[in-house]
Amino acid sequence: MAAAARLFLRGANSKLSIAPGSLGTTLLKLSPNCSSRTKTQRRHAAHFTFQPDPVPSQYGPTQKMNLFQSITSALDNTLASDPTAVIFGEDVAFGGVFRCTVGLRDKYGKDRVFNTPLCEQGIVGFGIGVAVAGATAIAEIQFADYIFPAFDQIVNEAAKYRYRSGNMFDCGNLTIRAPWGCVGHGSLYHSQSPEAFFAHCPGLKVVIPRSPIQAKGLLLSCIADKNPCIFFEPKILYRAAVEQVPEDPYTIPLSQAEVLQEGSDVTLVAWGTQIHVLKEVASMAQEKLGVSCEVIDLQTILPWDIETVCKSVVKTGRLLISHEAPVTGGFASEISSTVQVRLKWPVSHPPHSHVFTLCTDDVNCWCIH
Amino acid sequence: MAAVSSMSKMYGLCFRAVRQTAGLKAYRLLQRRGFRVTVLQLQQTFDSSLEKPQFPGASAEFVDQLEFIQPNVISGIPVYRVMDRQGNIINPSQDPQLSKETVLNFYQKMTMLNTMDRILYESQRQGRISFYMTNYGEEGTHIGSAAALDPNDLVFGQYREAGVLMYRGFPLDHFMAQCYANADDLGKGRQMPVHYGSKDLNFVTISSPLATQIPQAAGAAYAVKRENTNRAVICYFGEGAASEGDAHAGFNFSATLECPLIFFCRNNGYAISTPTNEQYRGDGIAARGPGYGMLSIRVDGNDVFAVYNATKEARRRAVAENQPFLIEAMTYRIGHHSTSDDSSAYRSVDEVNYWDKQDHPISRLRHYMTARGWWSEDDERSWRKQSRKTVMEAFERAERRLKPNPELLFTDVYQEMIPSLNKQRESLWRHVQQYKENYPLDLYEK
Repeated sequence: MAAAARLFLRGANSKLSIAPGSLGTTLLKLSPNCSSRTKTQRRHAAHFTFQPDPVPSQYGPTQKMNLFQSITSALDNTLASDPTAVIFGEDVAFGGVFRCTVGLRDKYGKDRVFNTPLCEQGIVGFGIGVAVAGATAIAEIQFADYIFPAFDQIVNEAAKYRYRSGNMFDCGNLTIRAPWGCVGHGSLYHSQSPEAFFAHCPGLKVVIPRSPIQAKGLLLSCIADKNPCIFFEPKILYRAAVEQVPEDPYTIPLSQAEVLQEGSDVTLVAWGTQIHVLKEVASMAQEKLGVSCEVIDLQTILPWDIETVCKSVVKTGRLLISHEAPVTGGFASEISSTVQVRLKWPVSHPPHSHVFTLCTDDVNCWCIH
Repeated sequence: MAAVSSMSKMYGLCFRAVRQTAGLKAYRLLQRRGFRVTVLQLQQTFDSSLEKPQFPGASAEFVDQLEFIQPNVISGIPVYRVMDRQGNIINPSQDPQLSKETVLNFYQKMTMLNTMDRILYESQRQGRISFYMTNYGEEGTHIGSAAALDPNDLVFGQYREAGVLMYRGFPLDHFMAQCYANADDLGKGRQMPVHYGSKDLNFVTISSPLATQIPQAAGAAYAVKRENTNRAVICYFGEGAASEGDAHAGFNFSATLECPLIFFCRNNGYAISTPTNEQYRGDGIAARGPGYGMLSIRVDGNDVFAVYNATKEARRRAVAENQPFLIEAMTYRIGHHSTSDDSSAYRSVDEVNYWDKQDHPISRLRHYMTARGWWSEDDERSWRKQSRKTVMEAFERAERRLKPNPELLFTDVYQEMIPSLNKQRESLWRHVQQYKENYPLDLYEK
């Protein structure tokens, strides 16, 4: 209701002389029930606070950028240094529905940044072909929720191209980007985190950044990587996450999990948005329970850094994994079972691996699965 | 009358396409490329005082009679041919007048393919290889189109285009090695038989999922266009695969993104057991081309010169004009779908015999050659004997060869070896070492 009110108010303020805007405002003003914004009708704030990383000093001058701007910066660097690189997908020409490609078409030309017809299987298939022909292909899927028409091309073709051809052909030059994860109001089809589906597919790499600095470095690594990569971008962080991001290109290695804070009592593992939740959890646990948490950002889901997680669990003895996406068959089950197998866990002290979150705010935006 | 003229305008695109395909003259069709506009150019002015539709989605006229467009399947797009079924040239201007050497090469490649097919099909029956697919009846589509291309043009195939590879010079040993999955297989023994590929010959490795190659070909053509090296891309598929969503995607992308690409559909009447009247209701595949804004033609796939002419012209224009072309080559699948199929379950022996005896690409070309005194009965006998001997020798060599090193199970999944795969690899070797009496390691290369 409050959202509707805001929409009409916006309409009323525009320069167009369209009746609905002003009529709507009038109607709302006249209605007594709409005048107060009660607690239950207010849109909730995000369930976490983004925690920026310190300014990196080793990559040169930095600039304040949010997540989508850090993506644009990575793409800009790529188009500048690699003349074969092309970016394509639905609506990328005007800048993209999340503004990740703003300015790139004007700067690099319409043959390098272009719209495709509305067809995900075509976008990925086309991208595979570009990559096979030796050019760098950066394909955008508008929402990770819509990646499924391209599942056949990704799993049966992209992932297997090199293996099945005896290394004569490959599509290592392909990177697929998609907005990912819950955003609050996204509901079933603008909130999904499908990394678990792709984790089951050798030949692919799946990467999820937690922040702008991470995003730019990891995306540039994906683009440079000689294997097809899927790069999921937490959409809730596009505007909310702001950091000082290096302007020049830099890479952050794939398949290397990052220990964000060291601890001794329990290992917390997450990726993407949930890192910020777990960081809060870690400080709450320290403060209220006296528990020392080691927080690990997995970053690369496939191939994942088994060694770093196992090394941490050997130290702490306890493992908690938290992710969006359904529990059953979720990626936490892979991490949990692999750690147990690797560490040959004694039966008397099995690890607890849970897939839930400890939240301070009202939870309003999980996928309902 | 307004209805008639507007109907003919609606048909306009189709009629023009038909006229275009009927003749091989290079006159430029005034392309109604209404959708090829940049974002800037789309700022057209809308004028409601004009009695013409202003919709951005289509440029057309108004009509005030309610009438549905007929799909026109009864008299569909005509079939272009150069020779009649007896191998006589019908219209001399269409004879590509290839040299004797070239035509003999066409014939020898088609018959060599046929011989290889017979031997490898039989070898599957005898349990020597696991699986095979023959190309019987479609040799003309392979050789005619391959001959019209440049050797550097990139080929994306489906699985029934071995003749294209053969034409380009893929050695018999490599065909056999792939079918036997032996240590000489360029694909390292990982795929089922007939999933050929060759980097040197620009033939992208075949994969089993159907039609996946179609949007890939569009992407490759786009990249090739940007390279500016006058290369084209050709994409082969059957009329069954054309029903896949990937086909629609590939056609639409190649047209909107202006790719130098030839779509070559082998319409051979069957997708395993499914006949064409259960595959589509429209006028085949060629009729879909205009729906995408694509120049299209239907050709007699059993007439190697018709296939050659159409492909040659399509290639020339695709590269010169950066647009895709659709060629639907009508033919007939004389053999079974594969060694896992027995087509007598769904079609009569008489039907198959008609095509084998009365309308075969190899026979028609032979008649053309014998009419010119380029080929005699003696030539035929000695060629058959020689080609059979060559194939058998390659076959025997392939059979004796060891299988690939089992290490190759684990490489090329990624460009680099990753720790978790390495661990699995080590685990395999530990197991095999421990139980080596159960594993025939001497059949595999070390």
